[in-house]
Amino acid sequence: MTSLMQAAETTSWNGIGTSARRPDGLLKVTGRFSYSSDLWVEGAVFAVTVRSPHAAARIVSVDVSRALALPGVRAVLTHEDVPGAKTYGMKLADQPVLAVDQVRYHGEPVALVAADDPQTARRAADLVHVEYAPYEPVTDPEAALLPGARPVLGSDNLVRHVKIRHGDLVAARELAEVVVSGDYEVGMQDQAFLGPESGLAIPSEDGGVELYVSSQWLHKDLEQLAPCLGLPPDKVRLTLAGVGGAFGGREDLSVQAHACMLALRLGRPVRMVYSREESFFGHVHRHPARMHFEHGATRDGKLVYVRARLLLDGGAYTSTSPVVIANACYFAAGAYEVPHAQIDGLAVYTNNPPCGAMRGFGAVQSAYGVESNLDRLARELAMDPLELRMRNAMRTGTVLPTGQEVDGPAPVRELLASLQERPLPAEATGERDLRTLPGGVANTTHGEGLRRGIGYAVGVKAIGYSGGVDDVSTACVTLEVAGGRPVVSVHTAAAECGQGVTTVQAQIAGTELGVTRVVVVPADTRVGDAGSASASRMTWMSSGAVQGACRLVARDVLARAARVSGRPATVLALVHDGVVDSLTGDRVCSIVDLLGDDRIEHVHEYHHRPTQGIDPETGQGDAHIAFAFAAHRAVVEVDVELGLVKVVELATAQDVGKAMNPLAVEGQIEGGSAQGLGLALMEELVVDDSGRLRNPSFTDYLIPTMLDVPPMPISLFELPHPDSPYGLNGVGEPPTLSSTPAIVNAVRAATGLDLPRAPVRPEHLTGTMPAGNRAATPAALPAVTPPPGTAPGGQPTRARH
Amino acid sequence: MVFLHATSLADAVAALSAHPGAVPIAGGTDVMVEVNFDRRRPAALLDLTRVPELSRWWVEDGRVRLGAGIPYARVIAELGDRLPGLAMAARTVGSPQIRNRGTVGGNLGAASPAGDSHPPLLAAGAEVELVSNRGRRRVPVCEFYTGVKRNVLAPDELIEAVWVDSVAGPQQFSKIGTRNAMVISVAAFALALHPERQQVGTGIGSAAPTPRRAREAEELLAGELDAAGLWESRGPLPATLAEEFGSRVCAAAAPIDDVRGSAAYRVHSLRVMARRTLTWAWNDYRKAA
Repeated sequence: MTSLMQAAETTSWNGIGTSARRPDGLLKVTGRFSYSSDLWVEGAVFAVTVRSPHAAARIVSVDVSRALALPGVRAVLTHEDVPGAKTYGMKLADQPVLAVDQVRYHGEPVALVAADDPQTARRAADLVHVEYAPYEPVTDPEAALLPGARPVLGSDNLVRHVKIRHGDLVAARELAEVVVSGDYEVGMQDQAFLGPESGLAIPSEDGGVELYVSSQWLHKDLEQLAPCLGLPPDKVRLTLAGVGGAFGGREDLSVQAHACMLALRLGRPVRMVYSREESFFGHVHRHPARMHFEHGATRDGKLVYVRARLLLDGGAYTSTSPVVIANACYFAAGAYEVPHAQIDGLAVYTNNPPCGAMRGFGAVQSAYGVESNLDRLARELAMDPLELRMRNAMRTGTVLPTGQEVDGPAPVRELLASLQERPLPAEATGERDLRTLPGGVANTTHGEGLRRGIGYAVGVKAIGYSGGVDDVSTACVTLEVAGGRPVVSVHTAAAECGQGVTTVQAQIAGTELGVTRVVVVPADTRVGDAGSASASRMTWMSSGAVQGACRLVARDVLARAARVSGRPATVLALVHDGVVDSLTGDRVCSIVDLLGDDRIEHVHEYHHRPTQGIDPETGQGDAHIAFAFAAHRAVVEVDVELGLVKVVELATAQDVGKAMNPLAVEGQIEGGSAQGLGLALMEELVVDDSGRLRNPSFTDYLIPTMLDVPPMPISLFELPHPDSPYGLNGVGEPPTLSSTPAIVNAVRAATGLDLPRAPVRPEHLTGTMPAGNRAATPAALPAVTPPPGTAPGGQPTRARH
Repeated sequence: MVFLHATSLADAVAALSAHPGAVPIAGGTDVMVEVNFDRRRPAALLDLTRVPELSRWWVEDGRVRLGAGIPYARVIAELGDRLPGLAMAARTVGSPQIRNRGTVGGNLGAASPAGDSHPPLLAAGAEVELVSNRGRRRVPVCEFYTGVKRNVLAPDELIEAVWVDSVAGPQQFSKIGTRNAMVISVAAFALALHPERQQVGTGIGSAAPTPRRAREAEELLAGELDAAGLWESRGPLPATLAEEFGSRVCAAAAPIDDVRGSAAYRVHSLRVMARRTLTWAWNDYRKAA
């Protein structure tokens, strides 16, 4: 540990299941928490990135001479200065550290400038002269697949085609008495974390580098970073600096390689902190989606089949697109029992901004499609949409379109029923506070044009890594005596992104070892991999690791106590900083007496149960370790004349297995629901036809404010999961799945409009979207793959070169 | 960058005379964004935060003299009764932090078509008082804006104050944003009824290169109210008149499609806002009888 980082310490006993206070909470709300952007050491220089103004261009020349000549400038680096591998990536190393001979998206890094202060660095960046020869960017994901489309990267623009074939579509179409289909679109959402990408790289005496950085997954950073620096992994040491939110946007590298290569080059510490504008160019976004859904059902509302075609725009580089599209496809049937399914998912390359991980990871898009089409089916059946959902609700034992039987709790019907039972918010009467109305204090309505709507949606997603990945999480737990008291130290590489994994680790150590004082030391790569703070897996996997390591420590302590006391270790337990006989309740000894100057340390590596990859042609396979479910009921008021929406209430029902920290769980549910509200009504990165990002600022990329987020009552289910530590389940992503379609369904109910696209804009509600705007009219999608055997060679359009 | 402080209005005027083109800065909510984003690198900044004359308001001959340095938070707290339209607009500006810092003078200096102060100042028939070494002049606010983010200020002139009639009739302000708070206007409309002179004032925001009045709508409405004797009778407003008023307001707009909204939506929303604000203002006028 260095003086740059502080350990998180808890000194009052808060076991699992309590709403323990987060150690960083007070610091954060009082502005004293040190984020990665706050790090500073003597002698540090500041570095900035020179980025491409074009979405697609050949680099003709780069002239750094004027920039280098500016007083205070220490270095200007281009791809020629990258010490090792020139490219990196989460799944494929296809993204240049610095653009080599061409740029593939607006904002791609081309050069780096380090100077004595930020202003000088920025001015020098303006003096780096890059001559570009722009060419026509590929910006339409559908056109990217057409024969003759220019390949953005590699030989064609297809990242991955995921196919799921389940049951017998031909028979299913015979059985279906009612068929509805629809085209749906989701815009490009941003993680919109408040802490910009930032870090501090310090060259070390052994020729290596120390990097303090905000990240979601230190070891994956290391794996990608070390080859680019041309260093062995042990010469590159990462420490997690204060993370100001992540939501998937910190999985891919941002400042990591740039800061380190400058530090190594200059032999000086290098700081990088993106501006808000640069941040919008500095991380991957949620994939925009164009989707076609077709549902067949019996007249009494039993789902027979689903056909879906999902097209995700992956942008210019691979990032995590191959797994995002898989996840979108896995859950394209929604949280329902659907006997027959044919799902095709395509992720494509374009010259749009790269897309990758964001909370929900593809399942957000497919949940929007399936939940939208379910409401359409309910209309066609003249059935209550909630009743339709309950009638088809997935349950334990349901076989997924991937052929896997759901073997954990699957309380879909129960979640929906709890929402149904919740009283509706009262309809307002009389003169109303403007803040309760669409438009708020902007005074657009005093009640005119208002219509109320109610919408439901439910979502399902796998927790943890799917598809045969042997996921691992490591913890090192140490028990020793300090200052006359026993202290447990927990050391992992788990990224605290605000979700509260630090608090949970302390709660587990306290619970397992009965010790009051727990120190969670800063996460770094000196300990084994903890995996990513993603896939709603971190609490599950870290809990497994910390619990396992604690139990090894406890075993040693109790063995000592057994020797000392002569009682069998099996009757002894660790409670209140001591050892008690659990049969008699007698206090046997204190940990302090037992340990003296010794320390007991154990490392545990936790693995979840094994899974399989899916078959590439049929998508069949037991790919998932667990499933999590959440459902929402949204109540909205729409000013139908002005197209403005006020969400009146957004109720969630979610099964969390075991609420390790109920307050933190509620925080996750509220945050996820609010993020889904943003996608439903306002959050979209607008990319124009030339591939340029039009709104890289919080002035024009709008996220919900206090007056947009309504009361969010929560019904928490705690059905213990059979395979997880303490029976917990992943919590972070599920509320993001169903929030968006519940709200849009409510707006549809209020207005009677189809509203195929999220976010819903006032223009969609008032018929004022300009013609030709692709945001208004989803492109007609080619027919989905015909059922096997009906059309020889009937494959979705794809370009092969 | 030269940083000039002034501690009196005379100081400020002298400084600006010595450094014409220096950018005056009060709350900094606009200027500093431009500077921080490197969109603008002025040769000199003139700090006005310590000029006492700019942070006072008083009433003189039935008009409010509003110092240019008064932040929105004070407009809301102190002037809601005298300048209701401006106060309503001020409530919609940014966040509480921005309302504590941002000033009406700064809004005029920036002259953005989306500035929230402009429509109510236009509707109220305000005058902008400018001062320089060469003297003072008052410019009707409808002549103040000369283009996108441009105004009549000479390089050595400072916005000293705004003169607005203390309210005699109902005023309304309405603004569209795509979220329910803290949003830049997609379109805005302000209306002031001036029963004492049987006139109507309007102001349109974010729907033309500059903030502007809808003069034909004003004339139509004033004329029809006059012809039907409604100013005196305070009878109900004919629905057709409100509709026609909305149409004339739309006709005065010249909006564009941009990332915040479509031109068609801006026109549509102006029609609705014009009709609704007129209905509310007329109801207030009738109730006030």
